[in-house]
Amino acid sequence: MIMTTLLKVEKITKKFGDFYANDQISFEVNKSEVLAILGENGAGKTTLMNILFGHYTPDAGNVNFEGNAIEFGNTNNAIKLGIGMVHQHFTLAENLTVLENIIIGRQSIFSLSLPKRQARVKILELSKKFGLPINPDELVANLSVSEKQRIEILKTLFLDCKLLILDEPTAALTPQETDALFSTIRNMIETGLSVILISHKLNEILAVSDRIIVLRNGSSVGEIDTNSADRKKIAEMIVGKKIDYPQKKKIPRKSKVLSLVDVSYDKTDAPNLSKVNLDLYGGQILGIAGVAGNGQTTLAKILSGHFKPTDGKIVFNEAKSVLTSPKSFMDLGVAYIPEDRNSDGIVGDMEIWENAIMTEMDDPYLRNSLGIINKKTSFDRSENLCETYDIRMQSIRQRSRLLSGGNVQKLLLGRWLMRKPKIIIACQPTRGLDEGAIASIQNLLLKAQQNGSAIILISEDLDELLTISDDISVMYKGMLSDPTETSSTDKLSIGLRMAGDGFL
Amino acid sequence: MIKFRLEERAKSPYWLIILSPFIAILVAIILAGILVVLAGANPFESYYQLIIGAFGSKNSFAETLARATPIILTGLAASIAFRAKFWNIGAEGQLYFGALATTLFGTGLVILPSILMIPFLFIMGALAGGLLLLPLVLLKLYYKVDEVVTTLLLNFVVVLLVSYLLEGPWKDPMSLGWPQGKSVIDEGVLPQILSKTRLHLGFIISIFFAFSVWFILSKTVIGYRIKSVGLNAAAASHAGVPIFKTVFIVALLSGGMAGMAGVTETAGLKGYLTLDLSPGFGYAGIAVAMLANLNPIGVIFSGVFLASIYVGADAMSRAMNVPTYLADVIVALTVLCILLSLVFVHYKILFFGVKKND
Repeated sequence: MIMTTLLKVEKITKKFGDFYANDQISFEVNKSEVLAILGENGAGKTTLMNILFGHYTPDAGNVNFEGNAIEFGNTNNAIKLGIGMVHQHFTLAENLTVLENIIIGRQSIFSLSLPKRQARVKILELSKKFGLPINPDELVANLSVSEKQRIEILKTLFLDCKLLILDEPTAALTPQETDALFSTIRNMIETGLSVILISHKLNEILAVSDRIIVLRNGSSVGEIDTNSADRKKIAEMIVGKKIDYPQKKKIPRKSKVLSLVDVSYDKTDAPNLSKVNLDLYGGQILGIAGVAGNGQTTLAKILSGHFKPTDGKIVFNEAKSVLTSPKSFMDLGVAYIPEDRNSDGIVGDMEIWENAIMTEMDDPYLRNSLGIINKKTSFDRSENLCETYDIRMQSIRQRSRLLSGGNVQKLLLGRWLMRKPKIIIACQPTRGLDEGAIASIQNLLLKAQQNGSAIILISEDLDELLTISDDISVMYKGMLSDPTETSSTDKLSIGLRMAGDGFL
Repeated sequence: MIKFRLEERAKSPYWLIILSPFIAILVAIILAGILVVLAGANPFESYYQLIIGAFGSKNSFAETLARATPIILTGLAASIAFRAKFWNIGAEGQLYFGALATTLFGTGLVILPSILMIPFLFIMGALAGGLLLLPLVLLKLYYKVDEVVTTLLLNFVVVLLVSYLLEGPWKDPMSLGWPQGKSVIDEGVLPQILSKTRLHLGFIISIFFAFSVWFILSKTVIGYRIKSVGLNAAAASHAGVPIFKTVFIVALLSGGMAGMAGVTETAGLKGYLTLDLSPGFGYAGIAVAMLANLNPIGVIFSGVFLASIYVGADAMSRAMNVPTYLADVIVALTVLCILLSLVFVHYKILFFGVKKND
């Protein structure tokens, strides 16, 4: 087959200050091809895509699309040429219908009516052609994540895109939805479209892409044909060093540390829970699988004292304690890793040392009785934390937002581990991290388990759950299934239960 | 059409951080100069008169510092609150509440020697200002009622309450019919610190509190918590920082500072409570805090700067026959220019089509 080049990227360089976000990156995308761009956070993937789609202007380099030079910094031009992008965070108006969402961006702000009739015909045609079932008159607010993603893809197809850029498209999908997305991608390839897929989920990349480009620290470090790719090798290429993959050891189960009895949550501010029962033992990792939004976060917030259950009992150590605030849960030995580490975990505009001691403000070692902070001991403690948990930074006086995702997570987890927690509630602890950081976080959790901590691991990554948890429960519409031993279950059956199989 | 875009700087150069407020002030002065021209006066001559009016003599300098006293305190009130993202717009009302407390306790109800009486009045003023904020904090914490609305609206209620008291029960019978409160007893009056001027001890006290607030915010657990709650309350709460308690303390400190501004005006400058005690010192505090980028030490300088504009503009107005409202325009333009300058400090401006040679 003769390959025709659709997109040609030549020596793109983009600097932010002295920092090279992209350094002389070149690659091509052929017609009818899925090109995967892999790399850890901060490797330059998003910057590169933002250049292609016209959000940024590069400092040097050229991009040709079907032989025409792209006009940088002009999104409209990119769309006109036939480049479409589906961002990780959707850009849909919840209060409009599917049809309106698809056509509205292209209308002049002064036009009084929407050409709905022709649009409807075209959209339904596209929907059939690419296997993207939708109801054009449904309100977007009523749609699930995967349905919203379909709308985003249709939006680009509606604008006759020839190259579709998908940024972390599977981040919030069930395994079944991911498969559906991949078959859509294959449909698109067959009709002559091309796709650039940005992801850090290696297995998915291997399943759907034709070619892989690996970025590291802003430079392209390799180009591989997917057919001849080796998983471990790519992972190490991404990270730039050998990865210490977690090895699960059998730990004898200790006494019960926590049980939930018929815990319900019935309010409008978060997904509800109905009669959740759960037992947790020291030295156990209990995995909780589920599609985002089925109540896992609510459960985690109840277990860490941020929400109060509307019904039911939380029993710690066989004794019912008076639990009022997140602080009282902390004092009982509960550590909570929130799922959004940037908005709920770390204070990005405070320095690393300030974040490192945030949980320790009662420690007389770090402050005197008048409440004056001892900078020296605080610095020592922070240096120690960064060293123990291998947090890479230039200085503890650096602003925390400059840390990479993996280092942020190591800081948050390390901060808790220093307290030797009895119970760790980890929500999506490795989401969005690169393979190296995933391995470090999982190793830290396994080590905590060996030291006797009980761990509840809430994750959407089934590989992760199957690798490190002892038992797995599934959450669906606020209900929690009984735990199954990890050794006696597999991805398929968990995936089915995530979609509601086996729940009443 | 000129097309440009903003791009975040990885690191802002130090010279720009230091220089930017001065450039902003300069730009504001130039812009206001256009208005001076429109008013039919020579802008250089006018600004000369403004500077002379604010700093030209011992008396005018003292007047500027006396004017700066309450706005340093209300500036501190805004700085503390805004750092925790608690939008206290009610310093004006809290100031008057502090003034009411001074009148209640300082006009004969309690008589102590000066050395105790003055601190006592400041404590009462601070408590009054803090207590006024208390119900609003509870409304925010328990019912999520927006404090911008409640603190702002309460200002008008308090001013009307002062008006009622001064026209009625608290009216000084010796005031020849003027609506004003009884005079503060001699033990409570803040002594002059520069003879034959209106500059009083309150100025020293306001500087003292600026340093105290700086110390609390930068050295103590409370300050650290205020900072974390302001920058990311969710993350702070997940790390065990008590949000309720912290916001509570912020409100008491903030309201307290504003309340003390009422004390300096009642017991220092005027000696009694009047309806025009504050020509908007509470609101000026917001501008002062913004100009200082919420830094308590910076508040001293921005407070004096603002006061000099107000005091100097009076002199300029008399000498050049231009409206005193120009002072308000200069202050407003300065705040706008400072805010705009922050954009330049944090972002680079890139023009389309401009080739860069690197």
